[in-house]
Amino acid sequence: MRIGVITFPGTLDDVDAARAVRYAGAEAVPLWHADRDLKGVDAVVVPGGFSYGDYLRAGAIASIAPIMGEVVVAARRGTPVLGICNGFQILCEAGLLPGALVRNAGLHFVCRDLRIRVETTATAWTGGLAVGQELLVPLKSGEGRYVADAGTLDALAAEGRVVFRYAGENPNGALAGIAGISSADGRVVGLMPHPEHAIDELTGPSTDGLGLFTSVLQNAASAA
Amino acid sequence: MAKVVVDVMPKPEILDPQGQAVAGALARLGVAGVVDVRQGKHFELDVDDSVDDETLHRVAGALLANPVIEDWVVTRA
Repeated sequence: MRIGVITFPGTLDDVDAARAVRYAGAEAVPLWHADRDLKGVDAVVVPGGFSYGDYLRAGAIASIAPIMGEVVVAARRGTPVLGICNGFQILCEAGLLPGALVRNAGLHFVCRDLRIRVETTATAWTGGLAVGQELLVPLKSGEGRYVADAGTLDALAAEGRVVFRYAGENPNGALAGIAGISSADGRVVGLMPHPEHAIDELTGPSTDGLGLFTSVLQNAASAA
Repeated sequence: MAKVVVDVMPKPEILDPQGQAVAGALARLGVAGVVDVRQGKHFELDVDDSVDDETLHRVAGALLANPVIEDWVVTRA
């Protein structure tokens, strides 16, 4: 399986995301923001960082970069897409996921390891996890508070599209404690915490994050 | 050429912690009576006369503001 990892100007976590892809047993394919070419990849990771310096709004300018036009088309055809942190913000700005990420309640940039709870395994990126399982992963964001209107929040809950919730104290005021959500077909997932930083005990707090990347491989294998 | 102003504000139901911080700072400055502050963005655009109002609203709604969390007003100066 070949998984593309996009680099925008200001992306920080593309190297770790590519490493997580390789740890899971897939080939990591570098993708460039200015290209209109997904190089035939089977899935896409939109990694974290501060694309375009967070100018205008976090993820706003990246969401209309040439590569994102291709990602939107591929996602509509069912290609799995994972947005992490700034990547989640970009997917919301691009309209692939509902809602928005805004400044943390309390204004503090939150940078710490915390537990998130898996709420559904019916996505391309969580099929190998268990509902109720907690993952110890880093969160590092200043605009990580998930918001959406009441109707959208109700629909996400009713349709089983809340993928992760903060298991302990809500770190940023996210509505309904939401740490991650999915598209209606479960192929596109976005989350604020960083599973790609938690794949090796040497460099992260756990190996819990690897499960997202192995899940998408299992998903592809079972679909083949 | 025309000058166009686009003002973008967080929707009323969206918590604005930056505005709250400004309100708190005003209180510490000794200014009484400012009960709430909301912080937004102000854009000034120089546009050709060929750009119509519909295009300006599309510019505002598609990029300058995020309709999920923000309201906007387009004004020809």
